[in-house]
Amino acid sequence: MNKPFKDIAVSASRRDVLVVGATVAGGSLLVGCSLPGALSAGSKVEVGAFGPFLKFAPDETVTVISKHIEFGQGNHAGLAAIAAEELDADWSKVKVEQAAANAKLYGNVNMGGTQGTGGSSAIANSWTQLRTAGAAARAMFVSAAAAKWGVPASEITVSNGVIAHPSGKQAGFGELVSDAAKVAPPEAPTLKDPKTFTLIGSDRVRRKDAQAKSDGAARYTQDVQLPDMLIAMVAHAPKFGAKVKSFDATDARKVAGVVAIHQIPTGVAVVANSTWAARQGRDALKVTWDESKAETRGSNQLLQEFKDLASGKAAAPDDKKKGWKGFDSKGDAAKASAGTAAVEVTYDFPYLAHATMEPMNCVAMVGKGPTKLVFGSQTPTLDQINTAGIVFALPGSIEIETLFAGGSFGRRANFQSDYVTECVHIAKKVGKGRPVKLVWTREDDMRAGYYRPMVHHAVRVTTDAEGYPATWRHRVVTQSIMKGAPPGSPGGGGIDATAIEGALGSPYLKATPIVDAQLITPDVGVPVLWWRSVGATHTAYVMEHTIDQLARKAGKDPVEYRRALYEKAGAGRRLAVLNLAAEKAGWTTPVAKGWTRGVAVHESFGSVVAQVVEVKLENGTPKVGRVVTAIDCGTAISPDQIAAQMEGGSCYGLSAALFGKVTLTDGVVDQQNFDTYRVLRNSEAPNVETYILPSSAPPSGVGEPGTPVIGPAVANALLAITGQPTLSQPFVEA
Amino acid sequence: MAITVDVNGRPLNVNSPPDTPLLWVLRDELGLTGTKYGCGIAQCGACTVLADGQPIRSCQMPISALGAAKITTIEGLGGSHPLQQAWVRLDVPQCGYCQSGQIMSACALLAQNPHPDDAAITGAMDGNICRCGAYQRIRAAIKEAAATPTPTAAPAATPTA
Repeated sequence: MNKPFKDIAVSASRRDVLVVGATVAGGSLLVGCSLPGALSAGSKVEVGAFGPFLKFAPDETVTVISKHIEFGQGNHAGLAAIAAEELDADWSKVKVEQAAANAKLYGNVNMGGTQGTGGSSAIANSWTQLRTAGAAARAMFVSAAAAKWGVPASEITVSNGVIAHPSGKQAGFGELVSDAAKVAPPEAPTLKDPKTFTLIGSDRVRRKDAQAKSDGAARYTQDVQLPDMLIAMVAHAPKFGAKVKSFDATDARKVAGVVAIHQIPTGVAVVANSTWAARQGRDALKVTWDESKAETRGSNQLLQEFKDLASGKAAAPDDKKKGWKGFDSKGDAAKASAGTAAVEVTYDFPYLAHATMEPMNCVAMVGKGPTKLVFGSQTPTLDQINTAGIVFALPGSIEIETLFAGGSFGRRANFQSDYVTECVHIAKKVGKGRPVKLVWTREDDMRAGYYRPMVHHAVRVTTDAEGYPATWRHRVVTQSIMKGAPPGSPGGGGIDATAIEGALGSPYLKATPIVDAQLITPDVGVPVLWWRSVGATHTAYVMEHTIDQLARKAGKDPVEYRRALYEKAGAGRRLAVLNLAAEKAGWTTPVAKGWTRGVAVHESFGSVVAQVVEVKLENGTPKVGRVVTAIDCGTAISPDQIAAQMEGGSCYGLSAALFGKVTLTDGVVDQQNFDTYRVLRNSEAPNVETYILPSSAPPSGVGEPGTPVIGPAVANALLAITGQPTLSQPFVEA
Repeated sequence: MAITVDVNGRPLNVNSPPDTPLLWVLRDELGLTGTKYGCGIAQCGACTVLADGQPIRSCQMPISALGAAKITTIEGLGGSHPLQQAWVRLDVPQCGYCQSGQIMSACALLAQNPHPDDAAITGAMDGNICRCGAYQRIRAAIKEAAATPTPTAAPAATPTA
């Protein structure tokens, strides 16, 4: 591979022991994998003269290869724009193609070189990489034109895809591609001065997939149809941790179209020649489950156990690993439990399903040539590793064709590759390389776990003479997403940072002289996972709603109260974003009759979001009208898609705050479908205005930071309306 | 036993069992995969198609119950329907999975009410879930399409299909 392309591809290969440091859907994670040479190869990728990220065609199209999956967050447009800017390409001729699974070429710089999308990192980790790729290719075209025309390269300009010389000579990339391909790439291509950007930050950076996603042509896993393909559905255990004891497939076999029945580690699979036959066959199975090792507690019981731990009613295990762990400690801890509290409250958050519109699914071919997967792979490297263990192959030999996915919000990235490995097990049983599409029904998807964990917070704050926090005692009880993470992961001391991020690092704690903050992560048999904005889904709520209660107690305006604390903590970005939101919302001006404002601010994934919401109660149910959002996400690549993520993130967060809830009764999940797992609908969706703080810093995330702020902003408006805090989610009982 | 289904203006013979929901016939047998599976119980609207111009949830409609109904799917809109143009102009889709159903519901709305107000829009669109939360742009795109002279807002002289 040519320099500089060698340098911009992440070298994750040729390590005898691969330590994957990754940030998947947010919280930092570390996976230790012992993989002798496992990733030394990925899917075969022909890297052209312009490196792994760019291709030029004689018809003048420029193809930017995305190492990241597109599942709604708009990264394909943003990634393409970064390269197109440095190239000075004609944006209308720019296309995006999905990269193959190959960590060596397409590793995520923020995930230790493993290939994956998450943690709102797609744009941030590609920023320098794609600028460099674009600038290097541009220089090659300029050199080629200079040689061909016999003019100095310094006299050549490139604009909107046209390479030109003042003499009148001009050509497109496509015309010069064969000449440019022969030019040695520059060692250190010169990047543009951001002040000269014409595409980045403009409203021209729009989605490239909107047409295909508006005419039915966009291809998702559910749409894959291959010759000879079989459809599989699986009867899953009703309780987490249960196994198949025995099964009777007599009736299932009678269903026309059912081809085979296979027992696999996660249940019993029915393989058929149509989706409907697979469904009917699956539903006709009679399975007896061994529940001896299953989680049989209900969510009410679990929550009570969490509460008892936080209150001290139940003793924590006297064990460094399983007991309480301090994550922020300042001053004399005893004082945080003494004196008169200004605010002393607890907060409860339920399990949440991601409930992507496209339920989990996967296509696998095993038993003839290399194992091949076709699906919306969020973490190809993890999926390769987990598949490899089943088919006895090296991870790098597993081929993955990544398609669009109908949402993820974190669900498609997990350490076990749960639905992927289920499909691979079935495809292995079917064998001969015959394609098998695993289809999960909505019910399968909703009851499969990997939820946002249930969380309990207990907060006690005393204040100084001015009403600002003097002591802050904080207890967090939740399952660990990162259970088993090795020591040394962010947060230190083996603490699961995903459980506390947002409380950890809070400017409010920084501005408080005495802090005693601790976490405990009990073991529960319900699989949990990151869920769009991860720890911030609850920490933003707890911190922001607590602050409003304190401000109210102090008789201070919530915006003024925050400003004072941000100044004390040196939280300049928060202050700037808060000020922008307050100004645009007209915080100090009267609100429309019947409406009440609420405010919240939170930083996650390197970006700060402030929101001012307008809320009213309709028959006791909160109705959210106008939402003013201000964001500092560094350099804005696509203002349109940043706004789209603020709009969508707000809906996702509001849906959870108002309605989201997964409960269990004796270990069985109570919700099965959208009739029992209520989600936000069009009439409940607010109008979100987005204002982007001008910044020359490198870009930071936008996929997740818009999610966690609206919940506390609404709760703060309700506090202003009713005088009462809202101490558990969801606000509305289904 | 073949059943004839009229899809996008063409009568097609299908061989799926009569109790098979239209959704799976469209997708598995006819290869019209623009119509999506989302919930299977008529709660999410991803499978919305038109039957004689009325929006129906194809996941809950056995083909045996269709009779002579003329079915229109997202593929039947042709790709440059005013709603589809508005969807693209406003960058409505995010993950995109629900959008076929959204557009078909919007299509039925505009055919009945060419200039819907906010309440009419949310009333017609509340059956279509979008987990990405593109709702605001969906509302805006419907309004934009409604402001465009459209072939669906047919002049009185055109016979109804």
